[in-house]
Amino acid sequence: MRDPVRRIARAYGANPLHLLALLASFAIAGYAVSRLVHEPALVRIVVWFLAALVVHDLILFPLYALADRSLRAGLRALWPRRGAVARVSPLNYIRVPVLGTGLLFLVFLPGIIRQGASTYHAATGQTQQPFLGRFLLLTAAMFTLSAIAYAVRLRTARIR
Amino acid sequence: MLRAPRLRAPRPRPPRPPAFRSPLRGPWLTSVFGVVLLAALPLVVLTGLLDYVAYGPRFGQAYPAGVGWLHPPLFDWPTRPAWLFQLTQGMHVILGLVLIPVVLAKLWSVVPKLFVWPPFRSAAQLVERLSLVLLVGGVLFEIVTGVLNIQYDYVFRFDFYTAHYYGAWVFTAAFVVHVGIKLPRMVRALRSRRETAADPDGLVPAEPGPVTISRRGALALVGGASLLLAVLSVGQSLGGASRRAVLLLPRGRSYGDGPGDFQVNRSAAAAGITTDATGAGWRLTLTGPAGSSTVDRARLAAMAQHTVRLPIACVEGWATTQTWTGVPLRDLAALAGVPDPGSAHVRSLERAGQFNQATLQRNQILHPDALLALRVNGIDLPVDHGYPARVIVPALPGVHCTKWVRGIEFRRA
Repeated sequence: MRDPVRRIARAYGANPLHLLALLASFAIAGYAVSRLVHEPALVRIVVWFLAALVVHDLILFPLYALADRSLRAGLRALWPRRGAVARVSPLNYIRVPVLGTGLLFLVFLPGIIRQGASTYHAATGQTQQPFLGRFLLLTAAMFTLSAIAYAVRLRTARIR
Repeated sequence: MLRAPRLRAPRPRPPRPPAFRSPLRGPWLTSVFGVVLLAALPLVVLTGLLDYVAYGPRFGQAYPAGVGWLHPPLFDWPTRPAWLFQLTQGMHVILGLVLIPVVLAKLWSVVPKLFVWPPFRSAAQLVERLSLVLLVGGVLFEIVTGVLNIQYDYVFRFDFYTAHYYGAWVFTAAFVVHVGIKLPRMVRALRSRRETAADPDGLVPAEPGPVTISRRGALALVGGASLLLAVLSVGQSLGGASRRAVLLLPRGRSYGDGPGDFQVNRSAAAAGITTDATGAGWRLTLTGPAGSSTVDRARLAAMAQHTVRLPIACVEGWATTQTWTGVPLRDLAALAGVPDPGSAHVRSLERAGQFNQATLQRNQILHPDALLALRVNGIDLPVDHGYPARVIVPALPGVHCTKWVRGIEFRRA
């Protein structure tokens, strides 16, 4: 234990290089923020940065995990345990279109709920009018395709 | 007598919260998402930095200004190939969109780590977790600001360029270090392909729940989600028939079937352009070292005209290719008495607005296809596309292809 690098590594919990690299990345982040000290919206930028993290980790993730757990529990309680239907769980035929819908809703939210209508109009000369309807039609298409796939799957299970 | 198999003393296992049961989680799945992001995210970062260069920081027209040392090596943005900016910016935006499901899946695969208790057992773990705030916060912040910007939603009420640019540096620094720390583990996990292999990060659940989807199925689900976003966005950059599949983004919309019906960026009404200003009284002011002169539209139309098919591409990752006709900028430079200009400063009739002026580099003036366009697709420019005259230069960002031009000042090298 006379080797100083090893001693540091033991006290710190990793190779000293680990610390140096991380400190360098913190320094770059600090430098980026230092370029923004005169930016009046700096606080808002930092808030949005942290909010992105918090909203994902503590709201979005728990919500979709809970939704999936509820779906599985519901199917376990209600789904028949005998016959051909029992052999083909609809779980993934529900999950897939729900996830697809959720993804489209999140990514294309501004158009769907018509947020930023004035900047949208100034940039394009148009309105956001069609997006909600198109989103609903895409949703309908995803659930319909999934229902057809499930019906086919169920039929092949019955034939067997 | 049968001998019991010798059991090795179990390694101390990293702590894992019992609430997380998905049998999918493990070092292999996380590494698959990791390797995809490792291959693709650098392209997004790089094309974003190229966009900064394309805006012309040398002339103080790249945003944000005053970035200190936080900029890529600067060079004069080329004019060849003409689709360069269409490619770089289309890739930046569309690849960024396509990676959203992969980022979310990657975060899902490691989320149990967020709830490990105690949150750190050594100084090294504490420092690394702090850096994850910058890594994960950074990637989500870049996604959120980027996705809002391409839909013209400025609900965040800060300058998009500033936030997205500095956010990218914060993210990239954390990303490089994260890759440096995790790369050996990723390579080992991908080579092993066995979930029973080493799990140094404690990703495999202690009490796995029932299998409801195969690992392959989960990968197909994420890949399918990425494909869905690709189909719904790539047409805004490629144009043509593929634009019709862009159902939920602004640049999939049609303006009609006429020769002037293509994507508008900033309408004449929004720019405050009046028919008085663009009517018969309009004059183009050409300025050189010897002074200024004015020409009217009839004189411009009487000069030698050049017709070329060129894309106009926007920072929001969309493009449209049209056939433009007008006077080569180099002919106007000669008319202004500067046949060998170093730069040109173009001003618009638009009074307000961040992009009512632009400075062009030497190569952007002298390229034979660089035009002050008067016509598009055989008709006079519609007012939303810059009537009486607009700039169109190969590979130049769309916002610098100034519309409603009122003056050009040519400067010597």
